[in-house]
Amino acid sequence: MTKKPFFGFGRPKLKHVRLDHLTQPEIKPIPLPARLTVFLHHAAEAKDLGIRSGTPVKTGEKLPYKGIGGYFVSPATGTIQGISENRTYTDRRFLAITIQVEGKDKWDPQFTEAAQSPGPETALDYLAFLPGISDFTSLISRDTPLHTLIINGTDPDLLILTNQLLMNASPEDIKAGLAHLSKVSGIDQVMVVVPPDLRTQAEKTGAEIRVAEPVYPHTLPRLLVPNLLNQPLPANRPLSDLRVGVISAEAVLALKTAFTDKTLPVEKVISVIDKENRVTCVRARIGTPVKDILGALKISTQQGDRIALGGPMTGQGVYSEDMPIMHDTDAIFVQDKRRVIPPSDSPCINCGECVRACPARLPVNMLVRLLENGLYEEAAQRYDLLSCVECGLCSYVCVMHIPVFHYMMLGKHELALREATEEFNG
Amino acid sequence: MDKDKLFVSSYAPYWHNGSSLSVKSYNIMLAALPAVILGITQYGAPALGVVAFSVSFAIFWELIMNYVMKRPVTIGDGNAALIGLLFAMLLPANTPWWVVLVGTFIAIVIGKQIFGGMGCNPLNPPLVAIAMLMLSWEAMLSFDEALVNYDLGFYMAYPLAALKHFGPDTLYHYSPGQLLMGQQAGAIGTTFGLGLIIGGIYLILRGFIRWEITLSFLTGVFVTSLLFYVSDPAAYAPPYFHLLTGYTLIGAFFLAPEDASSPVHFIPMLIYGACAGFLTVLIRNIGAFADGVVFAVLLVNVANPLFDKIRPKALGKGTDHA
Repeated sequence: MTKKPFFGFGRPKLKHVRLDHLTQPEIKPIPLPARLTVFLHHAAEAKDLGIRSGTPVKTGEKLPYKGIGGYFVSPATGTIQGISENRTYTDRRFLAITIQVEGKDKWDPQFTEAAQSPGPETALDYLAFLPGISDFTSLISRDTPLHTLIINGTDPDLLILTNQLLMNASPEDIKAGLAHLSKVSGIDQVMVVVPPDLRTQAEKTGAEIRVAEPVYPHTLPRLLVPNLLNQPLPANRPLSDLRVGVISAEAVLALKTAFTDKTLPVEKVISVIDKENRVTCVRARIGTPVKDILGALKISTQQGDRIALGGPMTGQGVYSEDMPIMHDTDAIFVQDKRRVIPPSDSPCINCGECVRACPARLPVNMLVRLLENGLYEEAAQRYDLLSCVECGLCSYVCVMHIPVFHYMMLGKHELALREATEEFNG
Repeated sequence: MDKDKLFVSSYAPYWHNGSSLSVKSYNIMLAALPAVILGITQYGAPALGVVAFSVSFAIFWELIMNYVMKRPVTIGDGNAALIGLLFAMLLPANTPWWVVLVGTFIAIVIGKQIFGGMGCNPLNPPLVAIAMLMLSWEAMLSFDEALVNYDLGFYMAYPLAALKHFGPDTLYHYSPGQLLMGQQAGAIGTTFGLGLIIGGIYLILRGFIRWEITLSFLTGVFVTSLLFYVSDPAAYAPPYFHLLTGYTLIGAFFLAPEDASSPVHFIPMLIYGACAGFLTVLIRNIGAFADGVVFAVLLVNVANPLFDKIRPKALGKGTDHA
């Protein structure tokens, strides 16, 4: 499915796999590892934290820090082993907090009490790290409230089956989760989106069902939601401008677990894509290193292979197996080194494949010329760089193997930096 | 962290559809082969000599330029060989070796490399070469003069020249079937219409050339020549004649859709092709040259950046007027 068909003169046709592609129909539990790591993107320095090395923590314990959000949740019981300050490759600072796990879970009682009265405050206070959504609190605390929530029963990237599996396995639990969701968010209008084969199961949730064709890149939320609502989304504006919020089926399930069991959800369901593109869904504690998950599935890796957190089209590459999974990691993608296609610095030959493939109708051939030369503002003003929906098809089809998508993202990043600097300088 | 086991990290996506420039170049060469082989069987060893000489010298000039410009060696991508092959296809079978040498120099060095190489050439390299040669040594490129010693068993006057000099009265010498099957005087690789069409359709189906350009070019030639023909059947040739003679078919399938010098958006591709077709017939019927494809395509090549300004509204644009 990764190759261009022998005869093919239109856009690439990338269909999502269905649930029967899974190696096993159920979710495989991953044992609790000896060490967990939590990444904290909003805290920049170790002194912002209220904890230090040696502090004992309990599972589900809320740990405060100075900064946006103001807390994070310990996914296991143990002691803080180390806190390190790091930078991402885009020079953003983050903290890595390592927890030495000690045997059985001792649950922190704070949330059990708070969950007695489910409401927006409880969610804001405890559920910022709800698995399956990058920031649950952003759905609740808004200046302009949302009018519709879209429950995503599809998966954004190719070969990811997390949401589809959960939608198929437990629609009743999702129905219960929806009740909690409307209580917490105050939004009554809910729409469930599923691929055609899951329609019958999804109807059990009792919500309004919408069917989405499982073809990449139309499963990406930025394309999916405007299509469903038949409303255009202005370039470079967040989905919330349409006054809708998107939440994955997994996050709704986690919400149900939180309020029914009265414990904070600390586990994440992940689709693990092995070197032969087989998919297994696993349930692992947030913060589990990739190494432990691959070990449990007996997937061997070697120097020079590729590992990405996310799917094959949009995942984020990591250079070490010690990287942990986070609360919004959907998948682990492993690629054998023989299949790694190195990008090249060749010039664009203007063949037009990217223009044909681009779902945002961008003049990619012009953009790549400007971006290669650092003309980011011109790219945005004259050639609509900011309309990019970040699907990666431009790189996928590039005859010259130019890392087009990388250039696009670099351009967007640089523009955001400049804008921030201008605002700062007033 | 395990320093001995590091992974390759790069930006997404991690899949690729497997296409590459060399595959593309070699497939275009493959698609051109039926027409070339017929040319070689018709004209014999001299035609083979021209083709071999042209391909090898195109590669040679490319290599020289790679060294002179201190760039990575790019002869492996097949583009230079392709330019050499297409250039040879446009020549008469008994072109002298030094004309081929100069022609490939113009195609590779002036047509392609001095603009920055692959993808940066504003004009189609084989056409730049053939245009310069046509203007410099007219006799060498005149098929009637070059092929004067050949008798292949069919009417040996170059059809477009015959049309130019004697008018449509001479057209009874050429039937559409003959023209399609290569029974006409002309360049090595341009007379076998059926071979070019089959090769071209193969390229379109496999996605190596853009069907929009080919189709609109042929439509442009057809409609324009039809208009001329309808206006005065005694003075102008019917459309089939324009479609099957001269450089029309090689232009439609191999020259006009060249990547760097043609537009990439849908409507511009249609305009580009249609303009090239229109100009071709205009030059043939009214202009001074027997065949118009060379200058028509070069002219629309120059206009290409303008055509590509017409493009669809990007996603999410046009809804806010900020």
